[in-house]
Amino acid sequence: MDIVIATEDLTKEFDGLVAVDHITLNVGRGEIFGFLGPNGAGKTTAVKMLCTILNPTSGSARVCGYDIVRQRDEVRQCIGIVFQDRAIDTFLTGKENLDFHARMYHMDRKTRRERVAEVLDLMDLTGRENMRISECSGGTQRRFEVARGFLNHPKLLFLDEPTLGLDVQARRNLWDYVNLLNEREGITIILTTHYMEEADYLCHRVAIIDEGKIAAMGTPEELKQVMGLNLISLQIDQGNTGSPVDSLKQLSWIKKIDARDGSLELSIDGGEERIPELIDFADNRGLIITSIKLYKPSLEDTFLHYTGKTIREEEGSVKEIWKAWMRRTGVRR
Amino acid sequence: MRAIEVRRIIDPLPIYTMWLREMKRFLRVRARIVGSILMPLFFLAFLGLPMSFMPARQIPGLEGTSYLNFLAPGIVGMTLLFAGTMSGASVIWDKEFGFLKEVLVAPVNRFSVILGRSLGGMTTATIQALVIVGIAVALGVELASVSGFFLAILVMILTCAAFTGFGLIIATKLGNLEGFMAIMNLIVFPIFFLSGALFPIQSMPSWLRYIMYIDPLTYGVDGLRGTLIGVSAFPLWLDFTVLILLCLGLATLGSYFFSKMEAD
Repeated sequence: MDIVIATEDLTKEFDGLVAVDHITLNVGRGEIFGFLGPNGAGKTTAVKMLCTILNPTSGSARVCGYDIVRQRDEVRQCIGIVFQDRAIDTFLTGKENLDFHARMYHMDRKTRRERVAEVLDLMDLTGRENMRISECSGGTQRRFEVARGFLNHPKLLFLDEPTLGLDVQARRNLWDYVNLLNEREGITIILTTHYMEEADYLCHRVAIIDEGKIAAMGTPEELKQVMGLNLISLQIDQGNTGSPVDSLKQLSWIKKIDARDGSLELSIDGGEERIPELIDFADNRGLIITSIKLYKPSLEDTFLHYTGKTIREEEGSVKEIWKAWMRRTGVRR
Repeated sequence: MRAIEVRRIIDPLPIYTMWLREMKRFLRVRARIVGSILMPLFFLAFLGLPMSFMPARQIPGLEGTSYLNFLAPGIVGMTLLFAGTMSGASVIWDKEFGFLKEVLVAPVNRFSVILGRSLGGMTTATIQALVIVGIAVALGVELASVSGFFLAILVMILTCAAFTGFGLIIATKLGNLEGFMAIMNLIVFPIFFLSGALFPIQSMPSWLRYIMYIDPLTYGVDGLRGTLIGVSAFPLWLDFTVLILLCLGLATLGSYFFSKMEAD
């Protein structure tokens, strides 16, 4: 497999706060690779380093075979990027923005005209190219940015939270275009997101990032398998027979027990046939099961498994917000 | 092949592109054009015109000319100061909110980027300044000569370039947006008031005169006054020398800081 990105202990610190913590990974040609993590996990910082707008504190990375610090121009020549915040001139039309970009990459007039028409066509933007960006909808603006991102035939395209702030329909729409790009133009895509379903739907491989570290990495299926085949969510009326957790531990097919909000989360080996077994087992010990549910693990459960928190919980904690803010403002300088 | 192209310091296509963008934006945002011309117009119409009805011909520096004639080049200088500083400083805007971020990952030399952008800013500022000259003439300001007018354009470009560099330095050194406008006003307004745009330097006490000598805009305004209406405190060669040196110094420093504004 051709390696497009290779990082080794890539680290970035801002005033003592470690935003990206010794990240080592490889991304192969043609992959859609996702960084999945909550806001402030260090995804954007990692991307900024890989696309040469931020220098690492320590460690190294090669993009398209070029060093991100010493061979900046060569790296820049082979990448495209769509930023998390809107980075398109709203006073100009979509076509003017694309023309501008093409000139920055030294395309001559003929190539420029052909290529701009090509990307407009691929992103279904033909007919809207002469609208001012400020008059376009959020989804269309984003598509113009994606179109610009791959205008210069990059080998590698970075999409930093590409669907942030888009409605569900526009989001699904954009996913299809990302897939199309990957298949039609053979572009390797690095995607950061905090949407589980986005990573699950689009990415060939995912790295779960939490507090700057890679908590887990693999295909979405592999990550989900780590959870055991299935999960059982269980509520027990405890009575006075002691801790149900201790009793449940006797069952060899229960791999992991998590107590959460008055219910128990069991990672189990097996499927539906375990439900009657569990009910029998509880009956024999005088435990009363008030509700039981079996489900297949989602990527969200995997995330929870690795980081000990859900992505939504993250937003509640003051400390996390503060840290996220530190990371963001640190990046700004 | 392409990698060599990337390292060229003066890269015509990106320079042209950045310039073109500034022009397009300038022409498209009508409100900004009107806004940038209204304030100088008010100064001329509501300060210059009434003041010129007062018997002030004995004041040193105002001999043989009306206050409106005297004020007009000062207001042109003010326009150049504001437009130039803003054009340089707005780099920070672009870097935070948009467009420049995209440019910064393009394989283009930083100097070319900033050169193109500054040239665009200078073009629009000079156009604004020329409109002010037009308004001044319409209000009754008498221009000294045609050759003086063309020399004045040169002074405009130099003044504007110097303050664009100045704005760039502030923007790159200040780094973030918080309190940015306040600091800008804190620096820009004293420069304007102490430049001799509103009152003649010759009639000031020596302590104030020395402060005014330090003000870079003093030489821009004086140069404009000398070329446009033929009245000046310093000889023209001095104004030009100071402006050229300032321009070289500030613009070089500004673009140097900008090109260092790399990943850190």
